[in-house]
Amino acid sequence: MIALLIAAPLLGAAVLLVGGRRLDAVGHWIGTLLASASFVIGLVLFADLLGREAEQRTVVQHLFSWIPVAGFQADVAFRLDQLSMTFVLLITGVGSLIHVYSIGYMEHDERRRRFFGYLNLFLAAMLLLVLADNYLLLYFGWEGVGLASYLLIGFWQHKPSAATAAKKAFLVNRVGDMGLSIAIMLMFLTFGSFAFEPVLSQVGDTSEGRLTAIGLMLLLAACGKSAQVPLQSWLGDAMEGPTPVSALIHAATMVTAGVYLIVRSGAIFNAAPDAQLAVTVVGAVTLLFGAVVGCAKDDIKKALAASTMSQIGYMMLAAGLGPLGYVFAIMHLVTHGFFKAGLFLGAGSVMHGMNDEVDMRKYGGLRRYMPVTFVTFGLGYLAIIGFPGLSGFFSKDKIIEAAFAKGGTEGWILGGVALLGAAVTAFYMTRVMLMTFFGEERWRDRAEASGQAAATPHESPGVMTIPMIVLAVGSVFGGAFFSIGDRFLHWLEPVTGHSEGHPPVGAWAVTAATVVCLLIGVAVAWAQYGRRPVPAVAPRGSLLTRAARRDLFQDDFNHVVLVRGGEHLTRSLVYVDHTLVDGVVNGAAASVGGLSGRMRRLQNGFARSYAVSMFGGAALLVAATLLMRAV
Amino acid sequence: MSFPLLTATAALPAVGAVATAAVPAARRTAAKWLALAFSLGTLALAATILVRFDPGGARYQLTESHSWIAAFGVRYELGVDGIAVALIGLTALLVPFVMLAGWHDADPLETGSRRWRPTQGFFALILALEAMVILSFEATDVFLFYIFFEAMLIPLYFLIGGFGDRAHERGEKAASTQRSYAAVKFLLYNLAGGLIMLAAVIGLYVVAGSFSLTEIAQARADGSLRMATGVERWLFLGFFFAFAVKAPLWPLHTWLPNAMQESTAPVAVLITAVVDKVGTFAMLRFCLQLFPEASTWATPVVLVLALISIIYGALLAVGQRDIKRLIAYASISHFGFIIMGIFAMTSQGQSGATLYMVNHGLSTAVLMLIAGFLISRRGSRLIADYGGVQKVAPVLAGTFLIGSLATLSLPGLAPFVSEFLVLVGTFTRYPAIGIAATLGIVLAALYTLVLYQRTMTGPVRKEVSAMPDLRVRELVVVAPLIVLLIFLGVYPKPVTDIVNPAVQQTMSDVHQTDPKPEVEAAK
Amino acid sequence: MNPVNYLYLAALLFTIGATGVLIRRNAIVLFMCIELMLNACNLALVAFSRMHGNLDGQIVAFFTMVVAAAEVVVGLAIIVSLFRSRHSASVDDASLMKL
Repeated sequence: MIALLIAAPLLGAAVLLVGGRRLDAVGHWIGTLLASASFVIGLVLFADLLGREAEQRTVVQHLFSWIPVAGFQADVAFRLDQLSMTFVLLITGVGSLIHVYSIGYMEHDERRRRFFGYLNLFLAAMLLLVLADNYLLLYFGWEGVGLASYLLIGFWQHKPSAATAAKKAFLVNRVGDMGLSIAIMLMFLTFGSFAFEPVLSQVGDTSEGRLTAIGLMLLLAACGKSAQVPLQSWLGDAMEGPTPVSALIHAATMVTAGVYLIVRSGAIFNAAPDAQLAVTVVGAVTLLFGAVVGCAKDDIKKALAASTMSQIGYMMLAAGLGPLGYVFAIMHLVTHGFFKAGLFLGAGSVMHGMNDEVDMRKYGGLRRYMPVTFVTFGLGYLAIIGFPGLSGFFSKDKIIEAAFAKGGTEGWILGGVALLGAAVTAFYMTRVMLMTFFGEERWRDRAEASGQAAATPHESPGVMTIPMIVLAVGSVFGGAFFSIGDRFLHWLEPVTGHSEGHPPVGAWAVTAATVVCLLIGVAVAWAQYGRRPVPAVAPRGSLLTRAARRDLFQDDFNHVVLVRGGEHLTRSLVYVDHTLVDGVVNGAAASVGGLSGRMRRLQNGFARSYAVSMFGGAALLVAATLLMRAV
Repeated sequence: MSFPLLTATAALPAVGAVATAAVPAARRTAAKWLALAFSLGTLALAATILVRFDPGGARYQLTESHSWIAAFGVRYELGVDGIAVALIGLTALLVPFVMLAGWHDADPLETGSRRWRPTQGFFALILALEAMVILSFEATDVFLFYIFFEAMLIPLYFLIGGFGDRAHERGEKAASTQRSYAAVKFLLYNLAGGLIMLAAVIGLYVVAGSFSLTEIAQARADGSLRMATGVERWLFLGFFFAFAVKAPLWPLHTWLPNAMQESTAPVAVLITAVVDKVGTFAMLRFCLQLFPEASTWATPVVLVLALISIIYGALLAVGQRDIKRLIAYASISHFGFIIMGIFAMTSQGQSGATLYMVNHGLSTAVLMLIAGFLISRRGSRLIADYGGVQKVAPVLAGTFLIGSLATLSLPGLAPFVSEFLVLVGTFTRYPAIGIAATLGIVLAALYTLVLYQRTMTGPVRKEVSAMPDLRVRELVVVAPLIVLLIFLGVYPKPVTDIVNPAVQQTMSDVHQTDPKPEVEAAK
Repeated sequence: MNPVNYLYLAALLFTIGATGVLIRRNAIVLFMCIELMLNACNLALVAFSRMHGNLDGQIVAFFTMVVAAAEVVVGLAIIVSLFRSRHSASVDDASLMKL
């Protein structure tokens, strides 16, 4: 049954990619059908789990032995528990919605069948990732989603920028994967296994140093996949992919895999405080980094991407807090899955109506033309900034509380960062909202400047708006549904463990502070973008703005140090290989050749000189014989 | 006496070579089909070996033994263990595909000449090479092995020197001098390695008084044959040098890029996927079994050289402008992994290395053959001459991508299993080297994806805009290999089951056991 | 008569032959000088045979004669064809085979 979850989309991918052009007409329906089938199976399994006692909600299904080698057991085995169930529902649910949306969004693309094939492939890999019962199988899914992400970012391969972005994403992820494979090797060295059960239960038998090493390597992996500092640079470029991809992979599901990895390996991190601290630091830094970058981007998708980075920073921060925060990390992950997917779909809908324009400075006043998009996007916006009562409010507030509850100076710093992040989030999201849906209709100027009649933006078809509406409903009620009666907490606690945090100030004070921060952020944004008209060409801006536009110089650093440095290195190595290593070989050959060239001169073609050498040789022989006699 | 299956498996392609060569010049197509039929027959015999081989049985099975040169105690002794079975299977499997891929590579350019028979020669040489490779996998007599180890240079020399990229040949005179340079370099390099090995083979006979691998290994194991430390080390180095040239290990690698660049894609596949495997196979079979102490003594140096191969090969692959040279350097990097796995002296490492030999054969075959199809369409080996191919030839691009992904060891495709086993096996004993080798993972992604991006994506270049997609014959070559790559990536058990017992034997030959997990060791 | 005198004669003949080979260019003369050297050897062989009282030397001398006869056949044929093609019998002119 668990295997069926994965098998359905995998079958879809195989059929769609191998089937060829014959399936062009029905490909999208096959893809959507199989994705939804997977969702339905997920629901059945969920009902089954709900029917059990809380302690018996872990189902392990062993399929076959994957790599049987002496002393090395890697099995294809699945583990379905509350944590993976949560992910399964999120992945298949949001995934199916986005399949539906893509039917409309990709309608005019001649390679739509392939697109659905890749989407199905992604679902299969992502499900494998969260259902795997050991780290090696998880690694399989981990690289599998990397592949799907590569294919989908580069879906419009004819654009060099898309191809480059895809390659970059894969490469940066590979650096993270290096961390995961080293972590697996460390586990094997330490525990003789890398299945969850033996590793996580034997944590107490080894040294803290070893656990810290494993934890840091896992963190490296998580940084790569979840676009956390210092491996965050690929996410912005990944927006080259079609928007449904950005919504599904680069907002709702794949990029949260890092958080999953850390929560799943909770036992390791709990026993390695240094590694945990590293996780919180990475989370906190990324949270601010993403927020700052988000403030400066004019490309709507890149602004949302920066926001994703920042929100995942929140989750990482929470995951680094240990049992205080695991549950809230996952809760924020789920609510974020709803509202961020909704926001991206909204952005896609806007682009769809605006002839694929992504520059927000060329939007404005769209609320009248795209009412459904406006409302759903608006609800998503309210959810992400944590407007009281919507889902983001519940999940984010809990994280901020947990950060304060860590205690000591650390707690104050982390809590402060989280609060600051909330304010900045409110600022940049309000900015996106105002620039897109309010203000003057700047797109008219552009159309007039180019001498065309202004094409009026239009609302997207129902097949696109319905998923947006569903997701908007989720972003409104999800948080409240999870939090009332601590439903989500009770559901997840048996897997992740939980300890109640006690912030140094009352919980109500934290909530109040959060709301104040959010209001400040909204107000500042309104003052800057709501009251004044938005210039259609970006002003030069302050130093910070310019830095943020360039992703705080991260790419420039990469370019100068890694790309240029690497080019020089490989070029000089090619030279060394040619002249030095091969030079020795060719040199040896040349010296033999030279020697034989000299010897050749003795063959001058005069029979008499040959005769002289013969006589000389004979005389030598005779002399030698006589000499030997004499001695 | 039972049917001499091993001899038959080697003899069939040898007979096929003679038969193909004897086909009259005008009956070119008949010669091709004849050669293909012989290679398929060999495949059937190899499959029979696979079926008849009992993984739980004796170490060497299906043995044959006849006196040959009685004066020196040279015997015609054949026998296979699991590792040899796997590699014979790989060889027999690849040859028919290689022939199909090179179906038109050796058609004479002008049809007038009646006496010149390049097509017959090409296919006959491939069959001759197959026979020799199979015999060198089967031989359990050191001298017999040496003979075939060297003799396979002869057909390969002519394959490299005689048949180049068609597209290059037309009009370019420089190409043929380049090619003969590559062929001569290949021959001399390998001959030099072989000569040093010959000295070591004679030295071994002087010390051990026998050429029989089983006898010597037995005598070494039960202590009745002792070698002075210095003698053993020198003999080990003599053998190892020859194998390291063939494998090729840094810094003895420079013949490979030239040879692969100049030969046609099918021949390049034969070089890396089949012939070079004899080198790594022989390390596992001869170096470790005959000289266990010297092998452990040399391990640190060999591991460092292997590590250099991995990183160096990958970095050079990044810097290449020629598609085939890039694949050649990638292979050097992969051979580093294989050798590292062999000398890590853990069962994961050695099983992984053996598996790697098979998987690398498959993945390189896919990548190289498709690169060959690509090159034959455009008439250029330079990466810069391509762009946007996926738009005009999506199937070609898609299969090429799968080949690239296999080369970068993506989980789900066969090479991942072996690469990870090698890494884990190395890591448990030498953590620093294991970690450094993981850098290879990132670099592999870099060179394969850069290659894919530059050739397949982006705007369609004018020169490739009329490029036809894969033909049926080409698809028949590529598709089964891809299916096999996926199958062995998800379910490698059929191969590991055959290989594991042999690896355990080798481990006990070198008196090594796997390190215990630290948690258990502490208890 | 003292057999040693025959040896002196043989040495003298051999030296004349060797000098001829070294200094003359005409192929025919060269050829005759070589024959002279061979016959000097024969003379020495027979002399030794006589001195030591066994027949081995004489037998070898016969062999030498047979071989020399065969050599004359081949050698003269080469010289004749060389002369035909180049109108000269000088050995220095025939150096086409050198590298």
